[in-house]
Amino acid sequence: MISQTSRVLLNLSKNNGLKRVASNYLNRSVVSTSSKTNGIRSFSSKVNEIKEEKENFQYTNNLEVQELKHYIPCYTIMNQEGIVQSPEQDPNFSKEEVVKMYSTMVTLSVMDSVLYDVQRQGRISFYMTSFGEEAIHVGSAAALEMSDTIFAQYRETGVFMWRGFTIADIINQCCTNEHDLGKGRQMPMHFGSKKINLQTISSPLTTQLPQAVGSSYAQKLAGEKSCTIVYFGEGAASEGDFHAAMNFASALSTPTIFFCRNNKWAISTPSKEQYKGDGIAGRGPNGYGMKTIRVDGNDIWAVYNATKLARKITVEEQRPVLIEAMTYRVGHHSTSDDSSRYRTVEEINHWKEGKNPITRLRNYMDRKGWWSDAQEKELITEARQTVRDSLVVAEKQFKPSISEIFTDVYHTPTPNLIEQQQELLEHLRLYPDEYPLNQYLDSDKILKNN
Amino acid sequence: MLSSILKKVQPSLNNSVRIVARSYSTGNKEVTVRDAINSALDEELARDEKVFVMGEEVAQYNGAYKITKGLYDKYGPDRMIDTPITEAGFAGIGVGAAMAGTRPIVEFMTWNFAMQAIDHIINSSAKTHYMSGGKVYNPIVWRGPNGPPTSVGAQHSQCFAAWYGQIPGLKVIAPFSARDHRGLLKAAIRDDNPVVCLESELLYNYKFTLTPEEQDKDYLLDIGKAHVEREGTDVTLVSFSRMVANCLEAAEALAKEGISAEVINLRSIRPLDVETIVKSLQKTNRMVTVEEGWAQSGVGAEIAALMMEHAFDHLDAPVERIAGADVPMPYAMNLENAAMVQTQNIINAAKRVCYRKK
Repeated sequence: MISQTSRVLLNLSKNNGLKRVASNYLNRSVVSTSSKTNGIRSFSSKVNEIKEEKENFQYTNNLEVQELKHYIPCYTIMNQEGIVQSPEQDPNFSKEEVVKMYSTMVTLSVMDSVLYDVQRQGRISFYMTSFGEEAIHVGSAAALEMSDTIFAQYRETGVFMWRGFTIADIINQCCTNEHDLGKGRQMPMHFGSKKINLQTISSPLTTQLPQAVGSSYAQKLAGEKSCTIVYFGEGAASEGDFHAAMNFASALSTPTIFFCRNNKWAISTPSKEQYKGDGIAGRGPNGYGMKTIRVDGNDIWAVYNATKLARKITVEEQRPVLIEAMTYRVGHHSTSDDSSRYRTVEEINHWKEGKNPITRLRNYMDRKGWWSDAQEKELITEARQTVRDSLVVAEKQFKPSISEIFTDVYHTPTPNLIEQQQELLEHLRLYPDEYPLNQYLDSDKILKNN
Repeated sequence: MLSSILKKVQPSLNNSVRIVARSYSTGNKEVTVRDAINSALDEELARDEKVFVMGEEVAQYNGAYKITKGLYDKYGPDRMIDTPITEAGFAGIGVGAAMAGTRPIVEFMTWNFAMQAIDHIINSSAKTHYMSGGKVYNPIVWRGPNGPPTSVGAQHSQCFAAWYGQIPGLKVIAPFSARDHRGLLKAAIRDDNPVVCLESELLYNYKFTLTPEEQDKDYLLDIGKAHVEREGTDVTLVSFSRMVANCLEAAEALAKEGISAEVINLRSIRPLDVETIVKSLQKTNRMVTVEEGWAQSGVGAEIAALMMEHAFDHLDAPVERIAGADVPMPYAMNLENAAMVQTQNIINAAKRVCYRKK
């Protein structure tokens, strides 16, 4: 782009007398000695200053091709048996708090099972489960404050639940009824809520990363003591937007937590084919000069500690942190995917049974004597009932009002939108029996009033 | 039609058109379009601390075209931000910053470079308000030079009015005069919607006179309202941005031949002021649209279709579109001149729709 720009400027200079501007521009990478002319800021002093800065590397007469030698270790403190190997690192939550965390994880898992089947029955069009990643959701969410803004990819439902997004909120959105906060405008799983400070999820992959940098930059400008956390998968990190966001966050020094859920599969592409080198974390320190933590994503306490520390750094030092949480996508990518076509049941079971994050926390609770099989049974039964009841209620609600088709395109509707709306209403008044108007909120009122 | 344009290409009547109005009262002030944009940015930065400017070279270097001259010294690095060279990056950051309650002004060095960032503009910026159920706003001004300058070849010489004009959720302005640039840009910065501001690099040096009212720090124009730059009775010339100058020039020449041309400056591509265009057609019954971009699915195509829908019975001749030749812009100057709209093309078209022989 530089060369294009230079050429544009050179050519433009022929036209509008900006020749000196263009030549200054071109000389910038070289030391410019041109004096201040045309009132244009001189860059020469700045370039000199940079030259005097001490370089961070040493010169060597040893011709050595550099290779990846040191892999970033993965921080973990609790094993699958629920034993916290270094007890001083146990965040030591109270029984009530741990039960709440565990209940959220189990409820998420139960809801995922039911709604996955509901999609198969054709009652909702699409769904994405979070099986295997429950510890990441609850562990990271518990380390954040409500003033922290969330930019999510799509597989972070547990984060929203921890912040107070209810099962009914989720199901209303999936059923796109009158209570859907998004007014029925997005496909299922694309939640957004001011109440829990969650920016609306958007389908194009990785666009949330630079947007999160912008959001945290605004927080920085406003002098807020909060950060923006942005979740993404290891596959999303292959998009150009990942580089743009990481580079900007570093250069602008924004309070952003980049939270990568490395679940080993991007739909059917295994992480082995997604990248070479030391995963996503490996790009942080050397590539972008960014503080980085790699963490065991199935260990809720490790995720909590890592996120808590990252939050402290972002807020206090006003600089970004990258977290790579190592985990496994136990479920299919979405209801549009069948993962049995590209991976083995043995592989899935290795993670589902051998490294299950819910079982790990359950073992921790068992050791403390905080949980019983009876309580487990009750929790699952109750969660399943809540999901089913919410679904039955949600399906009976009105669909969003017809008038909402035309609202919110702009802050105030433009003339062509008003015209379209009137045409639609006139048409519906003429042929009311041809449409299922009774399914939509306030149809009678709207057709009468306008 | 396009081949006919190429055949009829003649050198422009005057390559360096300047609309210079004399100032009669002491309150009037002659400024360039560059100064007009600069003053609009300056006033809005001063008015609202949520406003900031971001883009390549906008701060310390004062902008590749010196649009932001002096603003870095005045507002500092927090509100005048030089970014790394990643259009997708700073476009995305603009979207996020707007979601978080600021009012970014994102400058693209030219709109050609914005293609690297178009997903953020269309899929995020334009749709956020609707997709969030009306809860999140995206008050961004996306601005930069649009349309062909000269001698910069195919990849730097194109008009994006039709591209962005198609997107619900975006407002698209294409100012012409200094007054337009001030009034529309200031309105865009205060607007709660994303606004695409298509400037013209060739207009930056044009000089116009601003009245005291137009110099006021609260001078705003309605986005979505066209302006009749010159009244006439025989034919309507509809255009936007730099081509308005060519239309005015054509109208002047046509007047000498006894044809009274009305010139409409659209000012806004979306929303489009259909009412003003229809009213003019009802008066003149003949219309020529003029744009620098390509004809297919262009702004002129849209206007022609609208005239058929709204005023078919008033048309005494088919609407004629004058547009850039249907080829990537050639670099060689003679070919470039042949591919770009010249005033003579407009004059010829006006005569054709008036059924006048040469």
